Parts: sequence; structure tokens; C-alpha cells
Amino acid sequence: MVEITSPHFKENAVEALSDENLQKAMRHLRGNFTAKRAAAAAALPEFEALRDNARDIKNHVLTHLDLYLEAYEERVTAQGGKVHWAADAQEARNIVLDICRKADAKTVTKGKSMISEEIDLNAFLERNGITPVETDLGEYIIQLRGEHPSHIIAPAVHLNIDQVREDFRRAHSHLPPDRAMKEPESLLREARGILRKKFLSADVGITGANFLVAETGTSVIVTNEGNGDLTQILPKVHVVIASIEKIVPTLEDMSQIVRVLARSATGQEMSVYTTLSTGPRRKEDPDGPEEFHVVLLDNGRSSMIGTEFQDMLRCIRCGACMNHCPVYQAVGGHAYGWVYSGPMGAVLTPTLIGVDKAGHLPNASTFCGRCEEVCPMHIPLPKMMRSWREREFERHLSPVSYRSNLKLWAWFAKRPALYRPLAGLAMRSLSLMGGRRGRFSALPMAGSWTKDRDLPAPQGGTFISQWRNKRGRT
Amino acid sequence: MREVRESAGSRTGSRLKVGLFVTCLVDLFRPSVGFAAVKLLEEAGCEVHVPLSQTCCGQPAWNSGDRTDTADIARQVIAAFEKFDYIVAPSGSCAGTLKKHYPEVFKDDPAWLARATAFSVKVHELMSFLTDVTGVSKVDAGYEGMATYHDSCSGLRELGVKGQPRALLASVRGLKLREMKDAEACCGFGGTFAVKYADISNAIVAEKTANIEASKPDLLLAGDLGCLINMAGKLKRQGSTVEVRHVAEVLAGMTDTPAIGDGKGKGR
Repeated sequence: MVEITSPHFKENAVEALSDENLQKAMRHLRGNFTAKRAAAAAALPEFEALRDNARDIKNHVLTHLDLYLEAYEERVTAQGGKVHWAADAQEARNIVLDICRKADAKTVTKGKSMISEEIDLNAFLERNGITPVETDLGEYIIQLRGEHPSHIIAPAVHLNIDQVREDFRRAHSHLPPDRAMKEPESLLREARGILRKKFLSADVGITGANFLVAETGTSVIVTNEGNGDLTQILPKVHVVIASIEKIVPTLEDMSQIVRVLARSATGQEMSVYTTLSTGPRRKEDPDGPEEFHVVLLDNGRSSMIGTEFQDMLRCIRCGACMNHCPVYQAVGGHAYGWVYSGPMGAVLTPTLIGVDKAGHLPNASTFCGRCEEVCPMHIPLPKMMRSWREREFERHLSPVSYRSNLKLWAWFAKRPALYRPLAGLAMRSLSLMGGRRGRFSALPMAGSWTKDRDLPAPQGGTFISQWRNKRGRT
Repeated sequence: MREVRESAGSRTGSRLKVGLFVTCLVDLFRPSVGFAAVKLLEEAGCEVHVPLSQTCCGQPAWNSGDRTDTADIARQVIAAFEKFDYIVAPSGSCAGTLKKHYPEVFKDDPAWLARATAFSVKVHELMSFLTDVTGVSKVDAGYEGMATYHDSCSGLRELGVKGQPRALLASVRGLKLREMKDAEACCGFGGTFAVKYADISNAIVAEKTANIEASKPDLLLAGDLGCLINMAGKLKRQGSTVEVRHVAEVLAGMTDTPAIGDGKGKGR
């Protein structure tokens, strides 16, 4: 299983902050993705209208999810494909394994899929004697390193070229050890040469799906490398693994949402490839798989419907929320301790692994609101993080010292007659202690603050007491 | 003298009654911001009232998932302020709580939801109140130097405060404004976040102070004391000479007090 380190978010974060390579990569991400998204949004006059429309499409789907899923299954079946329903990760893994075994598969090629990460498919296949080969360059790199993605669309964004060069020298030991690999292009060429052979020898190809189209039974992937196409066309069996909320009613709906997806993600107008696949190879088709399977994963999503977390199911996994999140920008994706990170992970992860394990994630936000501002689907991410905090508070999952301090403060805040003299006394004392410097470099009770920052001292005397003395009225 | 466009109140012959929600941080840490707000409001023709029972808007409880205490505090604030024509706070964060979040707090309590909604439409952040409601377009103040302005998150994204403080600052004699890179990026304060996740908060504010220093200002301004205390704390630890002040202090011409985090005798 993917080791869940979300309970150690704080320790993970401290480690991430002192990781020079990671910090370099995060600086690059900060400037790059945000500027490109802003330019793409500004260049399209109807961008805001498209966002509203995309939100409305998904809202409609979520109120009729059962209907559209059944319609989708009917279309897939009519075209000779098969839909498999998986209630949880274990069921999904078993279904995939069963398909692979029936195909007598030794190796499977894989397009990029976060559902594969969510159900930890690679480790499971390996344990069962099947070799999974990631074909997205970023995924390929992290597979070589035994890592998991740190970003939902840029899985290796935490790495720099020097690290990848070392990985390639280590993993591709059949190539001349003194080869230069100076330019990024040379690394790409090398990976491509190796993957080309894997594509041709794979028995099964597994891809995710960005959309499932109910009216046609089509699954859609958007990629920039074309690896997804080779994964799904060349092997004799194609398996799509997707979660249930990926459904949209029509091709028209799909193309509406596609227009906000890449712009929000990478700032591209469209990804390089938008690939539609509908059923197995027909007689007149020049190529394509003999078998076409779709594994539809629920894994707790249907339980979000009708709750304050339903809006999260609109998410199209563009990654804009993480690219713009000051916390994600500071610590990167791995600190979040499981598959999904950034604001979308802070909302989704507690649903999938339990808020008792993922409790830090919805708390580790300044509520700056930038995620919601850039989310193409208008998902109210801060509001939902607050909803998780409420559940934690109700279940007494927040730390005892924090709760008791908060309760004590609230007790006074509700009693102005006691709050006022106490606050006045405290501020006068702090002001005197702050003295001529006007700030503290160290202060008991505020140690975590004064470790790296000074604390400006209060001026002394509260506004309310001074106002009462000067004006004597409300 | 300051130019005051005819306000809604003066048209009807009576002055606007404004309840000043001073905010807990201004009340406790920097009363001078409260007096600057009073001066600006009075010069805009408002009659300023300060309910003495006010403590805090309840945001620490709200953002910690403590709905019960938030509701208790919100009821207290609404009861004390709903009688005024407007409720104004020198903070986008606190005004945002009063205006955008109180109705959410009472979503399952119809009687209080109605009161909270009626209350919320009268709430404004100070800068937007001065420009958008009372129509102030100039102030009578001077400050020789180069300023840069940090857009606090709640004011910017919940209340649309962006052009208003800049428009007013443009009328301050001697003051120039140079925008920093990523002025709209969070400073990493986030209330209790800064204490709960101090290391991350520090990394975020370090990025912010690097952008502040790169714009080479004499003065850093913002409209929220939480952000200002955070940024001043980091700047001072780094040995910066940049003066940090709430925008209201400069607009009211009240810059004789020491700046945030500066010792006595450093005011100008």
C-alpha cells in the first residue's frame, strides 16, 4: 500500500522546507504555472462564462449521476465493451488483475492515472507477477525512483534535471555510461526509445479518463505526450480506470469543460492530444484493442453526494488550486502524505482515508482563497476545508491544548465585562515589556512565532479604553 | 480640506451613523489605527459610534470549526451593531467575516439568518466604505517616500478591495507607490495558521518580504493588522528598515507614532 504519512504533515513539511532541490523546483512552479494560467484566462474573453457553464454541467450531472452512469454503461456494452463497478480500491484492483490474468499479461503499459495511484495499482500488480510500465514521462521518472506523484498533473514537478539524469544513468545501465544527456531533449529521447519497445510488447494498456461521455460511451484522455494513445491502441486489451464523477452527458458538454481544463492547468489552450476512445476495435478500424474494459470506481465518492462536500465532485483535476496555493508552493505535494495534495487534496483526502488520518490537511491553509479564485469549476475549497475543521472539532480530533486555548479565549470574548480589563492589563504589560525596541525577539507562549519572526509589541492601552476616556460614549 | 462628495446621509440632511468595528487586533495591538479610522470617517461626514461591548468578530472560532462559539459571538456583534446605518471595520478579514460568513453561521437558524443578512449588507471594509459609499476621492495628508501595498487576501478576494486604497493613496502628498511582485499573494499569516503551522507560515512570509524588499520601498502598507504584524515581524527580524503601517494611518496623516514593530522615537 501507499504509505499514508498525512498524520505527520507537520514533520513532512519541515523536511520539505529544508530540501534544497525541492525548494528550487517549487520556485520554478510558482512563477511558471500561475503566469501561464493568468495569460490563458486573459486571452479568452468568454473564459469566465465557460467556467460558469462548466460548473453548471457538473452540478447537473451530480444530481442525476445514477442516470448518466447507467446510460454510459449501456452505450459501452452496446459497442462491445464491458463496464465493471468497483465499490472500493480492493474491488478495483481485483477487477484489473482478473482482466490481466485472462489476457495472460506479463507487462502492462500505463497512461497517467490518479485513480491508479489512489488504488495503489502498480504495487498490487507487481505482487501478482505483472510488470506495470508507466509511460507518461513524469510518471516513468518517479516509477524509477520508487516515488509517488507530488502533483496531479505534473507528477515529477518536485525534481530537477540533475536528479533525473542520475536516475536514468542508474536505471538504463545498458546504455553507454559516458553519454552526455545535457539537454532535456536528450533525456526525453532516451526515455522514448526505451518506452517504444515497452509499448510494442505490452499485453494490456491501462489509462485513466478525464471524461466519460454518457451519450456515446466514450472515454476521453487529455495528454501532452501521446503516450496515452500508444497505451490504449497497441495492446490487445485496453482497461480504463476512472472514478464515477468523471461522467458528462454529451460530447458537447465534454468540449465545453475541455476549454477550461488546459487553460487552468498549464495555460495551454488545449493539451497536445485529446483522445476519444469508444469501445474495442471495429471491423473497419485499422487498429485498436480487441477488448475494451472500464472500471468505474466509487471509493466513497457516492457518500459525498448530498453532503457539504458534494461540490468537490466537480473537480476536473487541473491542479490550478495547488499551483496557486501558498502552502503547496512552500512544501510541495509529498508533504500531504498521500495521493492528493494542495487544496483539492485537503478536501478529498479526508473523505478517502478518514479525517482522523488526514486531519492536518484541511487545517494547513491560510484561507487566502486563491484556490477558489482560480478553480475552473468554482469549487468552494476554503468553505469545505472549514467543514472538515467543524467535523474535527465536533469529534474532538483537534489537539487538546489548542481546543482549550480556543475555548478559554471564546469564553472571554463572550464576556466583554471581563475581557476588557484583562485585555487592557495584558496589553499594557506587553507594551512595557516590549520597551523601546517595540517588538519581541522571544516571548514565552509565542515561541513558534518568535522562532523566525519578531512579534511587534502592542502600543499599550486598548482602543476601547482610550476611546471611553476621550469620548466617554459609544 | 478634504473633499467630501455629497454622501447618502448628507443628501437626506442627516449624517450617516457608522458603527466602528475596531477589530480585536487594532483594539489590542494598535489603537492608533482605530483613531485613524475615526478621523477618516468623521472627515467623510459620518457620525462614528463605538459600541464598548465589542471584543472580536469570532473568526478564530469559525476557522477552527467551533460553530457554537462563533454563533454566540456573532449574535453579540449583530445585537450591538445592527442599529447603525453602516458597520465599518479597518480590516478586510474581519469585515469579510461579518459580511460574508455571519449569514453562513446561521444557515440553519432562520430568525438569526434574517438578522445576520440584514446586518451583513451594511458591513464595509474601511477603504471601500470611504470610496464606494461616502465617495471620498482625496485625503489631506502627506508622506514623503516610496510605498508598496500588500493586498490582504480576504479584503481582495471576499470584498473586492484593490483599487480603493490605491486611489486614496494617490492623493497623499509626496507619496509614491511602487507595486511589488505578487502583491496579491498571501503573506502566510492566516490567523491561527501562523501559530499552528509556524514553519510553513514563515516560509510564505519570507517569500513575501523578499518581494517587498525587491521593490525597494520606504514604507509597506496594507489594510489588515494581522498581515501587517506578520510582515513587520519578519522584516524586523531580517533587519529591514522598511516602515510598516496600516494604510489608514497614512491616509489620516497620523504617522507620528512609531511604525509597527519599530521602537519609540522612530515615528515621522
